[in-house]
Amino acid sequence: MARVRVQEAAFDAGIETAALTAGRRDVGAVATFIGFVRDANEGDAVQGMTLEHYPGMTEKALEAICDEAASRWSVLDLRVVHRVGALSPGDPIVFVGVASAHRGEAFAACEFLMDYLKTRAPFWKKERIPGGDRWVEARASDDEAAARWQVDEDRG
Amino acid sequence: MSANLLYFASLRERFGSAGEALELPVDGATVKTLVDSLRARGGPWAEGLSEGRAWRVAVNQAMASLDTPVRDGDEVAFFPPVTGG
Repeated sequence: MARVRVQEAAFDAGIETAALTAGRRDVGAVATFIGFVRDANEGDAVQGMTLEHYPGMTEKALEAICDEAASRWSVLDLRVVHRVGALSPGDPIVFVGVASAHRGEAFAACEFLMDYLKTRAPFWKKERIPGGDRWVEARASDDEAAARWQVDEDRG
Repeated sequence: MSANLLYFASLRERFGSAGEALELPVDGATVKTLVDSLRARGGPWAEGLSEGRAWRVAVNQAMASLDTPVRDGDEVAFFPPVTGG
């Protein structure tokens, strides 16, 4: 399976996780993250969501983020699956999984992948709330979370 | 020579367009050349791409800035800050 996938269909986190260790005996740790659609945001009930993306650039951006993670940590395998299209509260949106020899590398790479994905991959959420639709605003806290990792980048 | 412009998310809705081909001066065009041309249309174009508003630009599917060169046939996308994950 490709390490980066953008799809409308739901994913099976169990299958994605199992694929990270299939046929290998060098994996000591797998860290995974799954993001879900919440039923509330900014004090409003969220009835549904549509995820738009930039086909072509999205895949390139996610591949670049994976390359960056693999260059910073000893990653044995990794996987990013992101859904697009119409989603409902409770639906999984994104899966990130990292396999490594030790847990520290897996935890760090997994968190890094999510922080960079949230600030660098061209996805946009539009929420359906009582009274209409609205585009979700980018959060400063996401920029701050991504900026934490840039110290290492500056050191080269 | 021309660039292929794409608009996404709230900018696409604001402009009422998903994209267009835009003519460029032959030499030395940058993202700023395009932005100035679009802003000169006024209305939603001037508002959507104003200096005070957060927007992003990518050239050939890589994040870019105002001084990034734009050449014939380049794909230039304008969009709001991303909100995936």
